[in-house]
Amino acid sequence: MDSKLFPEGVQRCSFGKFLIWSCFILAFFLWGLYAAVLVLYNGIGTTGLDNYFGFGLWITFDLAVIALGAGAFFTGFLKYILKIKQLEKIINLTVIVGFICYSGAMLVLTLDIGQPGRAWFGYWHPNVHSMLTEVIFCITCYCTVLIIEYVPLILEQKQLNKVPFIHALAHNMHVNMALFAGLGTFLSTFHQGSLGGMYGVLIGRPYAFREGFFIWPWTFFLFVISAVGSGPVFTVLVCTFMEKLTGKKLVEYKVKALMGKIAGTMLTVYVFLKILDTWAWATGYLPSVGLTFDDMFYGVAYGKWMMFTEIVLCGVLPAIMLIVPSIRNKPALLYTAALLDCIGVTINRYVFTVQTIAFPAMPFDKWYVYYPNWVEWASSVMIVAYGFLVLSLSYRYLPVFPQERHLNYK
Amino acid sequence: MHMKEFKIKWGMVIDIDKCTGCGACMVACQVENNIAPMTKKDPYNYVQALTKDRDDADNKLRTLTWMNVYELSNGKSFPEHEVAYLPRPCMQCGNPACVPVCPVVATDKNEEGGIVSQIYPRCIGCRYCMAACPYHARYFNWWDPLWPEGMDKQLSPAVSPRPRGVVEKCNFCHTRYAKAKDQARENGEDPMNLAEGAYVPACAEICPSGAITFGDLNNPEHKVHELAKSPHAFRLLEKLGLHPQVYYMSKREWVRKQGDNYNAGDKH
Ligand code: SF4
Ligand code: SF4
Repeated sequence: MDSKLFPEGVQRCSFGKFLIWSCFILAFFLWGLYAAVLVLYNGIGTTGLDNYFGFGLWITFDLAVIALGAGAFFTGFLKYILKIKQLEKIINLTVIVGFICYSGAMLVLTLDIGQPGRAWFGYWHPNVHSMLTEVIFCITCYCTVLIIEYVPLILEQKQLNKVPFIHALAHNMHVNMALFAGLGTFLSTFHQGSLGGMYGVLIGRPYAFREGFFIWPWTFFLFVISAVGSGPVFTVLVCTFMEKLTGKKLVEYKVKALMGKIAGTMLTVYVFLKILDTWAWATGYLPSVGLTFDDMFYGVAYGKWMMFTEIVLCGVLPAIMLIVPSIRNKPALLYTAALLDCIGVTINRYVFTVQTIAFPAMPFDKWYVYYPNWVEWASSVMIVAYGFLVLSLSYRYLPVFPQERHLNYK
Repeated sequence: MHMKEFKIKWGMVIDIDKCTGCGACMVACQVENNIAPMTKKDPYNYVQALTKDRDDADNKLRTLTWMNVYELSNGKSFPEHEVAYLPRPCMQCGNPACVPVCPVVATDKNEEGGIVSQIYPRCIGCRYCMAACPYHARYFNWWDPLWPEGMDKQLSPAVSPRPRGVVEKCNFCHTRYAKAKDQARENGEDPMNLAEGAYVPACAEICPSGAITFGDLNNPEHKVHELAKSPHAFRLLEKLGLHPQVYYMSKREWVRKQGDNYNAGDKH
């Protein structure tokens, strides 16, 4: 029925099947939309947040998807600036995933702030000393860059591209893509860092506070490197998931392994620095404010097991798996390593968001455990569903995978 | 570290040994500063039924208590067991954790007197400042404030109520400061050199046992100037370096020890 809209020379499932799939996703989306409307109408009193946990699932979700969306800028940087040609086979997907992650995070942020109507104040009354100001600047600018990178792909849609003007526009945008890739790299590096800086500057929160270089605490650098160490393999996971779902080969394995190698290298650097940082924090900074390493953990929710899972099981292990070629070249192992890597970075964002504020700095205060409620979960699920929809539509109608024809119909 | 210095530095010295934990300061604060009582139902919100009720006062993590009394225990069992009470306003830190993080300059420390401000119409409600403050002095308006019929007639006329979605905190009853300065001008006195007692926050005024002394820490004519230097005086979490303008004092060592963390041995 809509086959005229498909990319050149490929097959897609029937329209009916696609419709059922879309409705399935839409159901989740609508559930989240209901939650979002409640939040906007009744306020965030409807969530599980409170005065001790001003940050919770939403901020964790934002930070995690922004880290995982880092595949876009880093791959763009490698492809357009360092000219690693291989990567053009997956670059479109990284852009779409990045776009979904960033636009999704921005949607969640508008729910998260108490006065969404004032979101633009970050531009109007900026506090240049605040890491959050920088995050607001860079995320909005970078989201625009991602839209600019995404648009030519839409313009290349078969029917649209027949219009000479659109064809020329798409072509011109492509020619200038290196410029946007460079801009994106700059913006992205900074806000990935600022997100880490947000926590590192908290002088009142010993769990997160870090010394640093000039105005940037160490967490600034750690967040950048962990994002580039996980973003690329997240794209690989998305791609593999799409292959399983559609039953087609979309990107040749060599490219995936290359992405694994890139992420693995960065992850190795990251894990090394992260261990150093943790060591210095535990033995240098903490005692200087009268605290011990053990003080930082509590019960199961904020236990040490989480730190070890993050750094060893989801850090050291996948780093080794990704840099050793013989492991990386086995698909099952590559995907396992990629998954661990992504879980590790998510745990990292979680502990920096929640455990940081859960630690009772005043000795007579106590630990509280935070549980997100359904409103927070549903609105986060809405973003995931939104991502599925964008990906499904893009896959069906846009020439996302340049290798698809070659890999499947020969 | 860069710290703004002020000629006048309003501060408190709270004598924990005098505090009985009665909570009068908390009540006085809520009345003075138009903090609405928590009510489950909102008669003006027709879709509340679709979600959950608002919180009432038993959800202590959602209540707004600019001044909050904590209970301290020496951790021993009877007959050695002892408790103490520690009222906690905003510390008006000399090096506040909350100010540099705010993305929109909705909170600042730039006025003579050293009180950390909170600008409600500018706050976007991101709660980053709450994450930054280790004293939990900041509160978020989870729901719109609602005063039961009749109670709205007792609102303090000088204090603006806050809408849902912004952060607020103790400001040493700033409107009383403004009033005291105006009064001084009317009397032909220097508003920058207020006499002891000309400006007193509601909590200090009401405390039945006189546990809270308020004044200009820099002014030798004010009692707090000496009290803050007492060997029994301490500040909360001094090691973190926020330099509070609120001091505590107690003759009991275990109480003073709870003002900071000493688990790693006292290296300071
Ligand atoms: S006590 Fe907290 S809210 Fe008050 S000035 Fe210090 S850091 Fe800011
Ligand atoms: S909640 Fe308001 S005062 Fe606090 S950091 Fe955000 S904008 Fe600033």
